[in-house]
Amino acid sequence: MRREPPQRLADYGPLFFPAGMLTLFFVVPFATMIAVSFFQRQQGGFYTPDFVFDNYARFLSLFFGKVLGFSLFLAIAVAIACVVLGIPFTYLLARSKRRIQVIWLVALLCILSLSEVMIGFAWSTLFSRTAGLTNLLVWLGLVSQPQALTPSFGAVMTAMTYQAFPYTVLVIYPALVRLDPTLTEAARTLGASPIKAFFTVVVPALRNTILATLIMVFIFALGSYLLPQLLGRPQHWTLSVLITDQAVYQSNMPFAAAMAVFLVLVSLALVGLALYAGRQKEAK
Amino acid sequence: MNALRRLFFLAVGLFLALPLIVVAGVSVNQRQSLTFPPQGFSLSWYGQIFTNPEWRNALIASLTLAASSALLALLIALPLAWFLWRRVAPWANIFQLLGVAPFTLPPVITALGLLTFWATTGFYGQSWTAVVSHGIFFVTLPLVTLSLGFSAIDRSLVEAAATMGADDRTVFRTVVLPLILPYLVSGYAFAFVLSLNEYIVAYMTVGFTMETLPIKIFNALRYGYTPTMASVTVLFLLVAAVVFGLVARFGDLPKLLGAMSEEK
Repeated sequence: MRREPPQRLADYGPLFFPAGMLTLFFVVPFATMIAVSFFQRQQGGFYTPDFVFDNYARFLSLFFGKVLGFSLFLAIAVAIACVVLGIPFTYLLARSKRRIQVIWLVALLCILSLSEVMIGFAWSTLFSRTAGLTNLLVWLGLVSQPQALTPSFGAVMTAMTYQAFPYTVLVIYPALVRLDPTLTEAARTLGASPIKAFFTVVVPALRNTILATLIMVFIFALGSYLLPQLLGRPQHWTLSVLITDQAVYQSNMPFAAAMAVFLVLVSLALVGLALYAGRQKEAK
Repeated sequence: MNALRRLFFLAVGLFLALPLIVVAGVSVNQRQSLTFPPQGFSLSWYGQIFTNPEWRNALIASLTLAASSALLALLIALPLAWFLWRRVAPWANIFQLLGVAPFTLPPVITALGLLTFWATTGFYGQSWTAVVSHGIFFVTLPLVTLSLGFSAIDRSLVEAAATMGADDRTVFRTVVLPLILPYLVSGYAFAFVLSLNEYIVAYMTVGFTMETLPIKIFNALRYGYTPTMASVTVLFLLVAAVVFGLVARFGDLPKLLGAMSEEK
């Protein structure tokens, strides 16, 4: 049975349900959100249909600029940490025995699927005064008193790297596992050390994959909304936290929607820019 | 070099395991205190999940939501993946893109979109809206595994069946379905586990009327610490480990995640 274009209306039959569901419950909600971002907010959490730019105008404040700047900075820092850690790890993993790969993959999937609430809770426990890491340092005699390591920027950063690391590995894994092993073998035969072969052969061969991974992890990290709340101070809140806060606690849906639309635009713009940069490099 | 590699794997493993070890430790504390190493040993906090009505209701809500929304995701993904495999219709790829989008964008965007949608249509807070929301949010997973499954089908098999006079329906039932069954199961498994753990979409759609376990933990965290949070975390980890372990046992996990199939 060859693939053929649909001829009769009935051939489109299987498409009706999926297309209908995705349109009704993804495209329409997305459009609703964009519409609400132009609505006028009323007192008491209500809003009325309108076409105003007030919600977007609120972006032009120092507070908002700071939150946006911090969100981008945090996401970039997490993406870099994950890629720097993830590429050598995945490279070694892809060259391990199949059985070892499977065990690691199961473990990574378990952590990837773990609820952000639970990751936040686990790290707040590990960073707590009574059950945390510092107790180990006290026991080793390095510090005299156990202390809490949260809330702090380091805690947010560590937990977000933890959350994004399995994702990073799974994004790079297909490219690394398919990488031709003769490439590095050739470099090794010519006398390069394993580390030199990794940096001079593997990394350049994967330049575009690395760039793509950086972007994917960056967007993933931009979406983190609970960890900054659970492990950070208010100045560590990101755009995602602010959106949730405005929508749920401040009942300001139009402003939350405007920020969400803005977040989509920022994500898409950065993806476009990075893809463009990648193509430029390739053309050279 | 080999020692260096082991050390690196050990360090990463330690980083990944440490928070979970501490959580497992505090979950068996005898008294309601956050101490590690645990003082005494008690499994009563695991019992709490099933005996305390609040936690039990949250567990039932989570399981129901995950089971039904994963099914809905599968029902959306299967005909779509089949259509894209069976027909030449480039414009239909837009639906593939729509199926992958909710998972690629920051989740708060999908959550807020659905919140405004349910609020506008007046269904906000009803429990079935969470099923639809999760079904759409996680449609990516069965869609990806099924696309992979369909692309692995040898077309000459299907052609043979068609030459012998089988129509689309018979071919699907007798040839295609058995071949994609593992991908169907793993797609469902991925969607199920992720729905079980999902917080923001569930919170924004039904957070004020219904508590799933992640919502319950977050709400409980605001009032301080109870060891049940730790035991639920361990329980969820075990569920994920069993599910993914089974997928790996009966399927080809590296291939499912993008490697070539195992050389026999």
